[in-house]
Amino acid sequence: MKDYFALNAQILYWTLLAPIRGQFFKFSEVFHQMVLIGIRAVPMASLTSFSIGLTLAMQAAGQLKRMGAEAFVPDLVILSLLRELGPLLTAVIVIGRSGSAVTAELGTMKVSEEIEALQVMAINPIRFLIVPRFIAMLVMLPALTVFGNYVGMVGGWTICHFALDYNTAAYILHSVSRAHPWDLYSGMIKSFVFAWLIITIACHMGLQVEGGAEGVGQATTGSVVWSLLVMLIANASLTALFFFT
Amino acid sequence: MSAATPDSTPVIEVTDLVRDFHGRKVLNGISFKVMKGDTMIIMGGSGCGKSTLLRHIIGAMKPTSGSIKLFGEEITGMMEKELAHIRRRFGVLFQSGALLQSMTVGENVALPILEHGKLDPEIVDLMVKMKLEMVGLTGFEHLKPAEISGGMKKRVGLARALALDPELLFSDEPTAGLDPIMTSVVDILTQEMTRKLGVTAVVVTHDMTSAFRIGSKMIMLGTGPNQGKIIAMGTPDEMRSNPHGEVQQFIKGEPDGPVPLRLSKGDYVERLLGHPGAGRTSYSV
Repeated sequence: MKDYFALNAQILYWTLLAPIRGQFFKFSEVFHQMVLIGIRAVPMASLTSFSIGLTLAMQAAGQLKRMGAEAFVPDLVILSLLRELGPLLTAVIVIGRSGSAVTAELGTMKVSEEIEALQVMAINPIRFLIVPRFIAMLVMLPALTVFGNYVGMVGGWTICHFALDYNTAAYILHSVSRAHPWDLYSGMIKSFVFAWLIITIACHMGLQVEGGAEGVGQATTGSVVWSLLVMLIANASLTALFFFT
Repeated sequence: MSAATPDSTPVIEVTDLVRDFHGRKVLNGISFKVMKGDTMIIMGGSGCGKSTLLRHIIGAMKPTSGSIKLFGEEITGMMEKELAHIRRRFGVLFQSGALLQSMTVGENVALPILEHGKLDPEIVDLMVKMKLEMVGLTGFEHLKPAEISGGMKKRVGLARALALDPELLFSDEPTAGLDPIMTSVVDILTQEMTRKLGVTAVVVTHDMTSAFRIGSKMIMLGTGPNQGKIIAMGTPDEMRSNPHGEVQQFIKGEPDGPVPLRLSKGDYVERLLGHPGAGRTSYSV
């Protein structure tokens, strides 16, 4: 636990303070990591968001029909996506595919002496390896979430258009007029917090690996399990915070 | 101030180094000095703590007690930042090569050059080519470490260790896994650096041919009851004539001697069949 907070402090130092003192992290590496962590997750995140948009619309339609309130299906879809399911599901996908990959990669580097080699070459591993991944995740998870929200809306539209005889313009207008900026912002705040938790846990687990292939496997599992757990708790806490204030 | 001139200050000075791993003393009161231009060979059987000693000297591990001075500066209590300053003056060749798998051979060699200086890309390219030429790997710049053999990785590791023209070179088993020809190439390279450029080298090895070819000073770490202690120290000639049984056994590569053939002591049959008080392990598939 102490190590985890120390890692956070070091990441902050090397991201914010060190560049002022002339020690920059590698900018090109940030973009490279953005591709690995974010862009490559786009197909999976899209598929998930689309199916969730679809499911949400069907569930909402089923329930609202009884009250004759089918007109509110788009409202329900967009609000659930923006506030809750968009950030949450995108984070789940990113934990499963990018968080675990970061842990496995760093863990393998640790056991094959690569990280020690960096230290001995007087290259700080936090600056060289962790900061680019950290920034990439902080940018890409919220970006993926916004993208996922759009795809989720398309999922909702599919049901509304083909099963409920909505026309496209009405669906969009209805959604947009219902959603307030704060709905989007609260989702984005969540997404940002999730990104921070996911990448710091993934890096921490990776850097702590000891003992060969078995250690890498355990750390990768640990990274996914802890990230999910902490992310869900953070989600509940943030929702409570937004709800009660 | 003392009358010591820079040349008489040891490059490395290790005093009473102790490292305790959960009550097991892997290093137990190690003291030695390495002067400028020396090639110090650290030898000893497997598990005697050679690599651990090397890791302490390069600052990758902290000792339980004792002192380590590099270039006259105490490194045991140093912060990472101060240590980084010292580390720019030496190169390390790791046992496995420790190349970054995500980068090409050329990028690996260029890494320390790019990180510690602002040079034109053309000059960096030239330097990388020169270093790779030195280890006989011209034209391999664009391959990934996974695409070259173990011996080649080690040579790339050496090229990387030499990238910044260090004053001090540490090699952990530089010749293990190399064919006899490449072994002598690496040996000659080390020799040239120490003799022509005045580089100091510390080489951990158990390849005796190579050790006697390049070493100007040697220390040997003991195993068993002498675990973690220096049992012999001196020039190659002094080591050859050292009366210590374990040293002679090691140099000549004899299977039995002070280090017994069967390392587990006690009654073999009793151990095999179990006796009261001895734990049994049950294996299952």
